[in-house]
Amino acid sequence: MRRILARAVLSVGTVALVLTAAASAHAHGLAGKRFFPSTLTIDDPFVADELSLPTVFHIKEPRDGETPARQNTTVSGEFSKRILPNLGLTFGGDWTLLDPAANGKTESGFGNLELTLKYQFFTSAEHETIFSVAFGWEAGGTGRAKIGAESFDVFKPALLFGKGFGDLPKALAWLKPLAVTGIVEGVLPSRSGNKTFMLNDDGDLEIEVEKNPNVFHWGFAVMYSLPYLQAFVKDIGLPVILNRLIPLVEIDINNPLDRGFAGKTTGTVNPGIIWAGKYFQLGLEAVIPINERTGKNVGFRAQIHFFLDDIFPNTVGRPLFGSR
Amino acid sequence: MKGARLLLAIWALAVAGPAWGHAFLERAEPRVGSTVKAAPTQVRAWFTQNLEPAFSTLEVVNERGERVDQGVTRPDPGNPAALQIALKPVGAGTYQVKWRVLSVDTHVTEGDFTFKVHP
Repeated sequence: MRRILARAVLSVGTVALVLTAAASAHAHGLAGKRFFPSTLTIDDPFVADELSLPTVFHIKEPRDGETPARQNTTVSGEFSKRILPNLGLTFGGDWTLLDPAANGKTESGFGNLELTLKYQFFTSAEHETIFSVAFGWEAGGTGRAKIGAESFDVFKPALLFGKGFGDLPKALAWLKPLAVTGIVEGVLPSRSGNKTFMLNDDGDLEIEVEKNPNVFHWGFAVMYSLPYLQAFVKDIGLPVILNRLIPLVEIDINNPLDRGFAGKTTGTVNPGIIWAGKYFQLGLEAVIPINERTGKNVGFRAQIHFFLDDIFPNTVGRPLFGSR
Repeated sequence: MKGARLLLAIWALAVAGPAWGHAFLERAEPRVGSTVKAAPTQVRAWFTQNLEPAFSTLEVVNERGERVDQGVTRPDPGNPAALQIALKPVGAGTYQVKWRVLSVDTHVTEGDFTFKVHP
């Protein structure tokens, strides 16, 4: 009886929700039939309640001027909270271990804190398409300088998109599980250069200027969703673990635009795999530099990502204001 | 040992309920994209979440878009995450199953798939 009553109450509640809230499909990366997983390297186009903790990154970086070649290990976290169903804030932070740092010693510490406001302004269920705009702020001086945290602010306006190919014609049915997400972003330092004052061997004052270029950052992820294949195209009989895998490749490119750095492109290609469960996903990617300027060694990135809107649908997993 | 238990618990939590809090199709009979020799008398669909049956429907149409189901979606008495719908007698052809479901955590999802009858 209790169960029946509970179900009745739930049903009344769900009627109200269905009538008043058409926005439920916005939760963590859904557009129609498409579930977009959270990508590890580039930012996602969707607004959601989610937690990436931890993301572990490791690579051996090449010598850069007076900075020696070094092992870089970074552990980072991001917490995203919906304010409105389509408007969210992300708080990000990281801890880095450099061996050795620029001073020749092993150094560790927190990087600058980052805050990003994102607005998902377009969602098409039929075409499995999402567009959003974001504005990121890296708060200068909040991290430790010895691990490279800058003393100035950096602003990051961005346009993000996601597109699933479920609307392809039947003749291309095997391509329907494909999806692409991407970002184009400006990385705009608030200070054009850093001046360092020092005395040379003769006791004269020297001023060293380190320039901070504006950077055009862009990237995209191409993924093939085995869950989508199984549920919407053809059940090929994959076992339970495999039927939730999403292999993907992420491309992440930085094009400095000015201040002596124009044309000095850096970037990585990141092939990997995501396993999406009920409440969280696991991801692992190789980090492959695209040129010698970026590096010569292959690194890795691993992440645990929690779907807070599904773990806590009635508390921290729902928007602060507005319907679900 | 504690770490192994924690990992085991996390893994169990992840796989106990299939993918995502939203209800998606886990499998169906006839199977998604399959070709069957004998015309089925019903379609059964299993989802990744328990459903609110009053707000969850299956619909089966032929190539001309005509309904070939009996019109009433029924919950599976033994499985709150499954639905079934009886079919009218059908011949050879391609059939589309459209589903729209409300999971017990109040998320609405919908989708479709096809199967062929090729006697």
